[in-house]
Amino acid sequence: MGEVSFLYEAKGQVLVIHLPKEFDHHNSRDLRYETDLFLSENYVRRMVFDFSRTVFMDSTGIGILLNRYKQMQRSGGSAAIYGASPQIRRVLAVGGVAKLMPQYASKEAALLG
Amino acid sequence: MCQTEKNRNETARRNVCEKADRTEESGARETMRLEIESRSRNEEFARVAVAAFASRLDPTLMEIDDLKTAVSEAVTNAVIHGYGGGDGIIYIEVSVCGRELTVTVRDTGVGIPDIPKAMEPMFTTDPAGERSGMGFAFMEAFMDQVEVRSEVGRGTAVTMKKQMGG
Repeated sequence: MGEVSFLYEAKGQVLVIHLPKEFDHHNSRDLRYETDLFLSENYVRRMVFDFSRTVFMDSTGIGILLNRYKQMQRSGGSAAIYGASPQIRRVLAVGGVAKLMPQYASKEAALLG
Repeated sequence: MCQTEKNRNETARRNVCEKADRTEESGARETMRLEIESRSRNEEFARVAVAAFASRLDPTLMEIDDLKTAVSEAVTNAVIHGYGGGDGIIYIEVSVCGRELTVTVRDTGVGIPDIPKAMEPMFTTDPAGERSGMGFAFMEAFMDQVEVRSEVGRGTAVTMKKQMGG
């Protein structure tokens, strides 16, 4: 609703999702619809989540990541994370995402996998 | 400080807080109350307001982040489940006594028919599977104590406690 939420960036068969500063229920209402639309129109083999701007995440973010991870697994693709701060890494660990999705320090590393 | 001395101080502090609560003596406990409309955009406002109040305990950054996450979970639950995305008021009360912070997030929405089931990790009522079902698990992970009271048709109150600072 007029607020900057997500920015999508397609690099070949990789989709980079730049997550918002506050990755909560309010700021992620459109993510499901938008990524579904993107996936239906494009061939995506790898989904990369950019946390470099993100300072807050709760279990809503975990739900979204887990769902996208499963979606990529089903289609034989992969998912990765980069730019997560210590607090975000803690939330990823508590939410069980840390052991599923590899984390990288830089975008370049995350794109390559 | 040795463990025994720490425990003794903790007991003394608790007695002061309990006595103050019993006699409604002012001073020992400081309280802030907030009423907000049930809207998703208020989730951020609520967690930031509670964190700002908590700053008087001189908490660590990690403690503040933990508190914000837990409050966000409770408020998001009230918005999504309590009021089902519709209109309603969310009541937040936060107080400190000694080093202990207590925060209650209450709604007058639909209530929870089966609290133990709702609190099971990964339990979700979302058919789309987009919600993790980890809201209560997160509150328990990031706070010292979580208590849920609910009545179907009357609403839900989540009370969480955490030792902060010092």
